[in-house]
Amino acid sequence: MAETARDPGKMQVSDEVAIQITAMNKWYGTFHVLRDINMTVRRGERIVICGPSGSGKSTLIRCINRLEEHQTGQIVVDGTELTSDLKNIDKVRSEVGMVFQHFNLFPHLTILENLTLAPIWVRKTPKKEAEEVAMHYLRKVKIPEQAAKYPGQLSGGQQQRVAIARSLCMKPRIMLFDEPTSALDPEMIKEVLDTMIELAQEGMTMLCVTHEMGFAQAVANRVIFMDQGQIVEQNEPREFFNNPKSERTKLFLSQILGH
Amino acid sequence: MTEPSYLRDTVLPQLPPPLVDRGIIKWIRENLFSGVLNTFLTLAGLAAVWWLLAASLPWFLHGVWDANSLGECRSIIAAEFGEGAQGACWAMLRERWHQFIFGFYPPEAYWRVGLAFVLLFVALAPVLFTEVPRLLLWGTVIYPALGYWLLWGGSIWGPVVAMAGFGLLALVFKLLRPLLGVPVAGGLGFVAAVLWWLFAQGPVAGLLAGVMPVGLVPVESDRFGGFLLSIVIGVTSIAASLPLGILLALGRRSDMFLVKTLSVAFIEFIRGVPLITMLFTASLLLQYFLPPGTSFDLILRVDILVTIFAAAYLAEVVRGGMAALPRGQYEAADALGLDYWSAERLIILPQALKISIPSIVSTFISLFKDTTLVSFVGLLDPLKGISTIVRADMAWKGVYWEPYLFVGAVFFVLCFSMSRYSMYLERKLKTDHK
Repeated sequence: MAETARDPGKMQVSDEVAIQITAMNKWYGTFHVLRDINMTVRRGERIVICGPSGSGKSTLIRCINRLEEHQTGQIVVDGTELTSDLKNIDKVRSEVGMVFQHFNLFPHLTILENLTLAPIWVRKTPKKEAEEVAMHYLRKVKIPEQAAKYPGQLSGGQQQRVAIARSLCMKPRIMLFDEPTSALDPEMIKEVLDTMIELAQEGMTMLCVTHEMGFAQAVANRVIFMDQGQIVEQNEPREFFNNPKSERTKLFLSQILGH
Repeated sequence: MTEPSYLRDTVLPQLPPPLVDRGIIKWIRENLFSGVLNTFLTLAGLAAVWWLLAASLPWFLHGVWDANSLGECRSIIAAEFGEGAQGACWAMLRERWHQFIFGFYPPEAYWRVGLAFVLLFVALAPVLFTEVPRLLLWGTVIYPALGYWLLWGGSIWGPVVAMAGFGLLALVFKLLRPLLGVPVAGGLGFVAAVLWWLFAQGPVAGLLAGVMPVGLVPVESDRFGGFLLSIVIGVTSIAASLPLGILLALGRRSDMFLVKTLSVAFIEFIRGVPLITMLFTASLLLQYFLPPGTSFDLILRVDILVTIFAAAYLAEVVRGGMAALPRGQYEAADALGLDYWSAERLIILPQALKISIPSIVSTFISLFKDTTLVSFVGLLDPLKGISTIVRADMAWKGVYWEPYLFVGAVFFVLCFSMSRYSMYLERKLKTDHK
């Protein structure tokens, strides 16, 4: 880990607003899964969202690229408000990269094709240029030699790094991570986290749902704790871990850090 | 500390396994005589095979190829193998094979059928095998018009102008898609093509035929029969039903209430009705629904109904393939900003179709065999139509097994090829490395 990563304060956060969520509510049927969410993400922020399972943290970030639909309130991403207008949704989605717990690579395409698909068909990039960009990001995640293989031939950690590279090929301004290391064997978690840390150091705006508290301490400038569909506490990492305010946060931290 | 004495310090050479445990002897022991029950079953199976061969082999071996009637066949067999000997009368095939293949197609035009058949493989090659140069796909695109022209004859301008209608559809779609999206652009393109066929087809084709008359002697649909008929209906229905089935599958999974309801109603209605009912509809009822004066060719009508029938089954098969994909595939496609049609075309369908290959090919095989049902509406399919005609001849009255065996053998070769192709495709597209 580079030295800057140890001190998240050194990394640049601008005043420009990347994501603005105002009074947002969401229900699954009659179940009120997100309750009055208000949050502002500035460009360059690295936010870690944690909380017990079922607290709505995944749902929250999936609302940001409209994989889930919110019912009331407002979500504005990069100046574009998410409504049922398909044009706006596609615009936001091509600006916001997402990495999933289960990688969701396309198994019928090679690694290179996985990476070039969206640039070619969404951005209309010429194939050759898209392949150059793809190779650049594959080198960045340190697996350029796997370009011609299929996802099924790679290890979990490699697949997740490919998934990160696939998102980066669209040159997103914001990256969402939905428990990116939860499906990985312990020895593979580090290679994925290293890639994410590197990304954070380059100033990417990141929202990351994770239980990797080491990652939160290393790169996050803000940790958000959610419980029962609400944001219960948020603070900069040192304060959050050393001096949690709410009882619920204290209990959660004692459970995940206690072993 | 000294080494324990049981450790080896040299590597033993490899020895062959004991005699009873290798090669053919091992295989026979393990697979045929591994227990009392299996030994009994093996012997019973051998007995059954022996009994079948004993009963049928003489019949095949006594086969007569050179005779002019069934009576002659019988006397030849009696003379050669003794009174009471049974034998196949293949001479019937030798004299009537052309009817099994061509029906009543004029013999002087057999070359057209042959050429159309050979070109069919040229047109199919780039679709079936990706190793074939992509340029040949243009041949595939023009084949429907070319094949139609070769088989039915007439002026070449009819099929050419009809193809221009598809060209118009493609053009309208290409121009309007960026503005209006896939469904609207496709719909408008379809409307434009239909208008073209209804109003421009006749005059334009007539005009061009007047300027440059190029044509073949026309052959009426009622001259078609035998395997020519089966393959014409089979190939066109297979080619048309897959795209239609995919659209229906997408429609059934659509979020749009009207599209979904119409697709479900269509699929369930068609699947709920026997094919023979639909063939009768094609031959009798369809005329009533069409505007007066339009006279639809019977083969075309049957073709449309068989296509619709197969499409309803394929829709369910393809839908099953789509349902088998994990939700994450849709989410990843969405998250990358792919729109609905790109996601379906690039991510969902390639995987869903791959999963469904065995069922799709099964549907195709049963469709192809079902083409023999057209005998119910008076078309001369090889199995019933032609066999009946052959047996109606005084010379071959009483021939029973031979035509069925021949037709069965040809169907088997064609269907088995499809089955092998599907296995080849499955192996080739296997990328999951499970």
